[in-house]
Amino acid sequence: MTALRITPLDLLHRRLGARMIDFAGWSLPVKYPTGTLAEHRQARTAAALFDVSHMAQISLHGDAAADLERLVPGDIKNLPMGRQRYTFFLNEAGGIIDDLMVAHHPGRLVIVANAVRTEADLGHLDTSGIAREHHHDRALLALQGPQAANILARLGHEAAALPFLGITTCAIAGIGPCWVSRSGYTGEDGFEISVPASDAETLATRLLAEPECAPAGLAARDTLRLEAGLCLYGHDIDMLTSPIEAGLGWTIPKRRREALDFPGATTIHDHLVNGPPRLRVGIRPQGRPPARAGTDIAALDGTQAGIITSGTVSPTLGAPVAMGYVRRDLAEDGSPLVLLVRGQRLDAHQVKLPFVPHRFAAR
Amino acid sequence: MAETRYTKEHEWIRLEDDGTLTVGITDHAQDALGDIVFIELPAVDRDVVEGETVATVESTKAANDVFAPISGRIAEINENVVEDPGLINRDPTGEGWFWRMEPTDEDAFETLLDEEGYEAYLETL
Repeated sequence: MTALRITPLDLLHRRLGARMIDFAGWSLPVKYPTGTLAEHRQARTAAALFDVSHMAQISLHGDAAADLERLVPGDIKNLPMGRQRYTFFLNEAGGIIDDLMVAHHPGRLVIVANAVRTEADLGHLDTSGIAREHHHDRALLALQGPQAANILARLGHEAAALPFLGITTCAIAGIGPCWVSRSGYTGEDGFEISVPASDAETLATRLLAEPECAPAGLAARDTLRLEAGLCLYGHDIDMLTSPIEAGLGWTIPKRRREALDFPGATTIHDHLVNGPPRLRVGIRPQGRPPARAGTDIAALDGTQAGIITSGTVSPTLGAPVAMGYVRRDLAEDGSPLVLLVRGQRLDAHQVKLPFVPHRFAAR
Repeated sequence: MAETRYTKEHEWIRLEDDGTLTVGITDHAQDALGDIVFIELPAVDRDVVEGETVATVESTKAANDVFAPISGRIAEINENVVEDPGLINRDPTGEGWFWRMEPTDEDAFETLLDEEGYEAYLETL
């Protein structure tokens, strides 16, 4: 067993009394003394600060859009300077190697990728002959919530003026240069701030000193993203899931659908034209018990319908919510399903995602 | 004062004056689990065997089994924690109790960890 990697905020987490866990080989705070429900509410009502330094930050220097488009189905060539976009590395079967944010900075593209897939992503770029720089020396903070913009209006007004999915390089509270994007993983307005590792604790401490801001851990990050209907790699999407099955076809523009010039294009085309065999859906179990990942889903006639990939009790709704995959012929908003939880049959029905409406900034 | 014993599964078991045992999870357990959002308790009158899964507590993150600390019959369950699972976090060794049981073997209680033994066990984790 190898030692856990720590982020530049490790000492701060411990001072704040965080409970640390192993996540993808990193020691990260799962919760602080206030607890997950309070942290969740903090992000929905004010502002929460998450340490997401475990995520990989990777630069592709120069004019790398054409190279990157060999690996992803998104529109990178037309990604304007100062904007960020969601896309995937796909394998030859159309499965998702990783989901990514790609930002167009002056003179380069900056990718933010999942910690659990970092090695696979770097290897994939290397094998594909694409030069990359992995920024081990930068931390990543996510400031999320309806008050996040008010905080940055005081500490870094250039960042506070960004549109949704806009990016810029600027100082925050005099610290930086920070790479700031107006994005996140909670369904709320918010920012992700990349900062030199040596300045990370100073910046985090400065942000936490703001009255609207409190720290939040991985458990709250998970309940927030699930309420927002956002996919977690390794649960809701993986090497065996196509973006079309996952309901993420909106990331693939017409130009790429026509050219079919990306890995797995044959499968993606087939799923687009003939429909995928299964679809990701939102599920509301009736009653109180949450249906966790791995729960079998049956149709009303008793036939196998699919499987839950993420499930919890929604702190906002006070009721269980889940996402999962069901056979395409069964995927329909409002239609009933049966969940097999610990030997019991629980009634459930499908709902539109997200469970809690997004409140992003204007584009 | 009623005596309380413990298990390595982080349950506490209190011997009541009438010989029944009240069972819950320790402060260490509730802290490790995080905010508890759902609990499923056993049916009253169910006969349970030591080590058998008799309840499930779910935090925002995961489901966790709770085991019968000793064999016996479930005499009563705490409906208050079913209605308000957060009670387990707020008062794990008081209002947040799970169930009362009648032990099959009255001497079994004595075989459980005492407070000192449980504290020593926590030190090893």
